Amino acid sequence: MKALTRRQDGAPRVDFGHRVMVLRPSAAVSVRLSVRTTVVCAILLLLTLVVGVLALGTGEFSLPPDQVVRALTGQESGWARLVVVEWRLPRVVLALLIGSALGLSGAVFQSLMRNPLGSPDVIGFNTGAYTGVLVATAYVGHDYAQTSVGALVGGLLTAAVVYLLAYRQGVQGFRLIIVGIAVSAVLGSVNQWFIIKADLQTAYAAALWGQGSLNDLSWDQVPPVAYAVGALSLLLVAMGPSLRLLELGDDAASALGVRREPVRLAYLAVGVALTAVATAAAGPISFVALAAPQIAARLTRAPGIALVPSAVTGALLLLVGDFLAVRLFAPTQLPVGVVTVSLGGAYFAWLLARNTRGRK
Amino acid sequence: MNATPAPSDTAQSDAVETTGSAQTEAGLTPARLHAQGVTIGYDQRAICEDLSVEVPDGRFTVIVGPNACGKSTLLRALSRLLRPRRGRVVLDGRDIHGYPAKEVARRLGLLAQSSTAPEGISVADLVARGRFPHQKLIRQWSAHDEAAVLEAMEATGVTDLSGRLVDTLSGGQRQRVWLAMVLAQQTSIMLLDEPTTFLDIAHQVEVLELCVRLNREQRATMVAVLHDLNHACRYADHLIAMKAGRIVAQGDPREIVTAELVEEVFGLRCRIIDDPETHTPLIIPRSGIVTAPRTATTIHG
Repeated sequence: MKALTRRQDGAPRVDFGHRVMVLRPSAAVSVRLSVRTTVVCAILLLLTLVVGVLALGTGEFSLPPDQVVRALTGQESGWARLVVVEWRLPRVVLALLIGSALGLSGAVFQSLMRNPLGSPDVIGFNTGAYTGVLVATAYVGHDYAQTSVGALVGGLLTAAVVYLLAYRQGVQGFRLIIVGIAVSAVLGSVNQWFIIKADLQTAYAAALWGQGSLNDLSWDQVPPVAYAVGALSLLLVAMGPSLRLLELGDDAASALGVRREPVRLAYLAVGVALTAVATAAAGPISFVALAAPQIAARLTRAPGIALVPSAVTGALLLLVGDFLAVRLFAPTQLPVGVVTVSLGGAYFAWLLARNTRGRK
Repeated sequence: MNATPAPSDTAQSDAVETTGSAQTEAGLTPARLHAQGVTIGYDQRAICEDLSVEVPDGRFTVIVGPNACGKSTLLRALSRLLRPRRGRVVLDGRDIHGYPAKEVARRLGLLAQSSTAPEGISVADLVARGRFPHQKLIRQWSAHDEAAVLEAMEATGVTDLSGRLVDTLSGGQRQRVWLAMVLAQQTSIMLLDEPTTFLDIAHQVEVLELCVRLNREQRATMVAVLHDLNHACRYADHLIAMKAGRIVAQGDPREIVTAELVEEVFGLRCRIIDDPETHTPLIIPRSGIVTAPRTATTIHG
């Protein structure tokens, strides 16, 4: 391997050990992209498109892919258009939005905690959201808006409590995980108590929500999720690369000019908010936030945890998961949460088997 | 206290009188980085109280002292990682906590003790992260960034390792890579927190000689915390000896290091001889066990 490669103009160039693209349209604008990461993201997006068209075309009313594309581009009318655009498209769009939100959120948490098992789940978010939904269904009602708000409030409150309990001159990943597990355990028994005490209808509604599902979603649910995910993603972009610097350790990040605690709190808030949006819209969907960043890291071979590939992987994962949930036992629809939990179990078994084999 | 902190400090600490040009220069124009009457510590425990210290510009300063004497704590305060409870750390005439974080990072670099390289990162990728304080949201990799990274890798001799993964390097190579990252930051003041810990003797010497070379070639102000007193005497041109949170002596190691000082600071009885290689003081600890030189017969018998 050559240590120094030269550009066409003869100037020396840094060898990063992988191919990079440097774009410098002007003196004020410059970016460096890993070629592999860019290609991987492009391929994942293409796959997402293919699965999306397939998902839009399958069901009780089957359509060939070319007809789906024509329906999407407005060249079809009548039944085909109604089925593709009005019935099935919102579900696919929500799967993509929620999947990318979960992927991003998992990436933020794993990077902050420097732990591949870091996810909003470990700081008790989902258990708290469930408590919120139980309280809402028991005392307010159980339509979509009421459970969504219940989940949001419950989840955010739990995250705030965990953060405050773990705070001691800044928050360390490990302490956050331990406090999160403790708070989850407490809330878990509160949830049990609620379900035992509640009447059958409330318990049933809450249990249904607890599966995490994209069934029965329509265009009405798309705009709030789209705005929220869009705004939070923009926020992540605006916060720049400080997340990658925090991976170097607290002291190194501070020495490089990252205001450690405010930045970490901001990332935690955005990470929790992304999960909150996903959970409020579809209920708890596990595994995506956990696996997407890890799968993306293995595919891109990029150092640390990267946000964009995690988002793209998350979107594809949830889309595939939902496709399986709908088709596996058709006409019976499974909640997508059940599919992702099963996939998650298999993933963990594989991870454990690989690690134990690696240690021998 | 605010005009000439360093001389008054040595006067207080009833120890070795120091000469050396740093203090005389400092008397005229204060050093770019200095601490004024700082009290620093963790939680409620104060480790240094009312400590004043001046970092002479353009020198290689080494801070030594026994474990828990506050030397790393002082370095953390000088690098803005710890906020002093009282007093202030001044950088270029202003309280260091009054600057925006990135502005400090453009003037002062730190080789932190507990840094972790992300899994799967290449040497150049890691060194490039040192450019963060100079980058903007839409200017992530300018020609200047690239030049700085190349220069930093060249100066630390890691250009050949550029594309290698940091995980696969030896301890000494890794430490040079971290040093390259600090260099890429292009600051004229560099603080190094125990840069030789966990390195074997050859790599310790390698890293320290590199520091001296950088100090001379780039005229950078360097401050290092070191454990090995002999290394400190050999490579520092300004030595600060600390004990129990205060400065016992400071100045050119050839002038201030005596058997009495070592005994006072470290509680170690020793002899000082001349290092035949560099003509700096070499500390030879006295032994409590009287040993006759072993000969072949004693070994076999």
